[in-house]
Amino acid sequence: MKQLIVKVQGEAGLHARPAGVLVKKAGEFSSKITLEKDGKAIDAKRLLAVLSLGAKQGDELTITVEGSDEEAALEAVKAVIEESH
Amino acid sequence: MILDGIGASSGVAIGKVFIKQQNDFVLPTHKVTDTEAEIKRFNDAKEEATLELKVLYEKALEEVGEEHAQIFDVHQMLIADLDLHDQVVGIITDEKYNAAYAVSEASAIIAAMFESMDDPYLQERAADIRDISKRLIGILTGEKEVSLADINEPVILIAKDLFPSDTIQMNKQYVLGFITEDGGKMSHSAILARTMQIPAVVGVKNILTKLDKNSTIIIDGKSGKIYINPTDEELVYWKAKQEEDRNYKQKLQSLKGTANKTVDGIEIEINANIGSPEDIEGVLANDAKGIGLFRSEFLYMDGHALPTEEAQYEAYKKVIEAMEDRVIIRTLDVGGDKELHYLNIPKEENPFLGYRAIRVCLDQVDMFKVQLRALLRASVYGKLGIMFPMIATVEEIKEAKALLEETKRELLAEGIAVSEDIEVGMMIETPAAALISDVLAQEVDFFSIGTNDLTQYTLAVDRMNAKIAHLYNTHNLAVLRLIKMVVDNAHAAGIWVGICGEAAADTTLTETFLGMGIDELSVSAPSVLEVRKTIQQIDTSKIQLKL
Repeated sequence: MKQLIVKVQGEAGLHARPAGVLVKKAGEFSSKITLEKDGKAIDAKRLLAVLSLGAKQGDELTITVEGSDEEAALEAVKAVIEESH
Repeated sequence: MILDGIGASSGVAIGKVFIKQQNDFVLPTHKVTDTEAEIKRFNDAKEEATLELKVLYEKALEEVGEEHAQIFDVHQMLIADLDLHDQVVGIITDEKYNAAYAVSEASAIIAAMFESMDDPYLQERAADIRDISKRLIGILTGEKEVSLADINEPVILIAKDLFPSDTIQMNKQYVLGFITEDGGKMSHSAILARTMQIPAVVGVKNILTKLDKNSTIIIDGKSGKIYINPTDEELVYWKAKQEEDRNYKQKLQSLKGTANKTVDGIEIEINANIGSPEDIEGVLANDAKGIGLFRSEFLYMDGHALPTEEAQYEAYKKVIEAMEDRVIIRTLDVGGDKELHYLNIPKEENPFLGYRAIRVCLDQVDMFKVQLRALLRASVYGKLGIMFPMIATVEEIKEAKALLEETKRELLAEGIAVSEDIEVGMMIETPAAALISDVLAQEVDFFSIGTNDLTQYTLAVDRMNAKIAHLYNTHNLAVLRLIKMVVDNAHAAGIWVGICGEAAADTTLTETFLGMGIDELSVSAPSVLEVRKTIQQIDTSKIQLKL
């Protein structure tokens, strides 16, 4: 299992489109990927769940990945969250 | 049959109708025995909906660009969402309901979840969930709503109301004009019609019950009259009128390059109102020399965060450089009917009497100073006027001016150049400002009267409320007397005064305004030449004001 805290960079936060990009990316991996914000943890492969986090620019998210491709998955998800705009 | 509405955008349109249907169908609700087959129907519907959305996305991409097309991409992702899928399949499997009912139930739960969230952006996503739910149910039941995108011949569009999403889908080249049951002159659809320069009548009660899809109608966007299945005589008359209208518009073009001078030689400034640098093209095409009102809030309403100083500077500079004459930029005017989600201003009982315009800016000084910096930096590229909105007291204008001075000193200390020749003015939109305009005139270089708000505040008539739209009247004696008072006080103090509200383009008022001695009229670009023509026919020595 791998864990990392990242900051949302895009000025729109994880709104509809960036959230969609994130979900698509997460879906490419077999690992279980969870995002946590303020104690609420959700499955990063589910769009509505990601949206429901309401993550805004500057919010901190904890990414947790577990599975055979966890390293690559963590990198990819981190990149999306940090670059989303 | 003749119906009356509110003329929202002038011009005559004659044609067949296209009715945007209301969703009044009853959702089929029944139990199923073969749940597997029902789940398959759901999956098939998802596939078909995705295909439809792909087509819509491509169309929007081509017509309005990526930014507006994205919504259809997001809808595709929502349809593919696993939570929605699981909930629908759960209802079908466990409760044995049909797929359409299951979709409706699941989306209602999800939409409610979004609605209960704090973030206004996420609250709006509830509408997206309902939209995809409607699409899926339409496919499952075969009861598809006729889409505005399917319009493929010239028609007059009739609807209860038109939403921004409708206008994206609308096949604009075939829409001759439109009529809505709801809305007033300032509603979204009315403003849209004026921008598109197509005739429109709004606030026509029950029109949907008075015609069918085979009706022919005539609409006169000026008077707000609608003729359903007109007689031959009416048809002949209005066709001639339409022709006249076209000729008139062509004739106006010949006034380009002429002066805004009355018969007795008085020259009036006619400037244009704009909302973004893109509007400049239309301004130049209609021969306006300056900008009387640049509504800076559109820079703020474009994105999800405050525009940077650099982005604002670029936008202001572009406009100032493009214009030969003075460019008056109004500082941020939000609140009222213009919301900025990212400012997180709580909902108010009376937004028009609330936290808006200069009140927001004087409260959020850091934000305000970013705009003032951008304005001052851009001032060196031409002739700039800075105008403060919604002033009601002397203290407010003094405070705004002090902040402007402070910002100027800071820039100069940083070695950044600022023009010496900036005019500082204010809008007169509140009856309070009009009543103390003699005092306010000591503080500024000019006044610009915002007749939309001045009318609404003076008459206590909400201009967004269709029910009382007939009471909203700039010709009202009380409003005209206030305007006269402002003009007199401005001139007594030796400053100039203009009008930048909708009334500036109302040619039935031009003579009255000239009689008062107004110095400037600022109108939307398409109205410039018409107002010029009106001015050229007036002899101010013969005007008798009845105020």
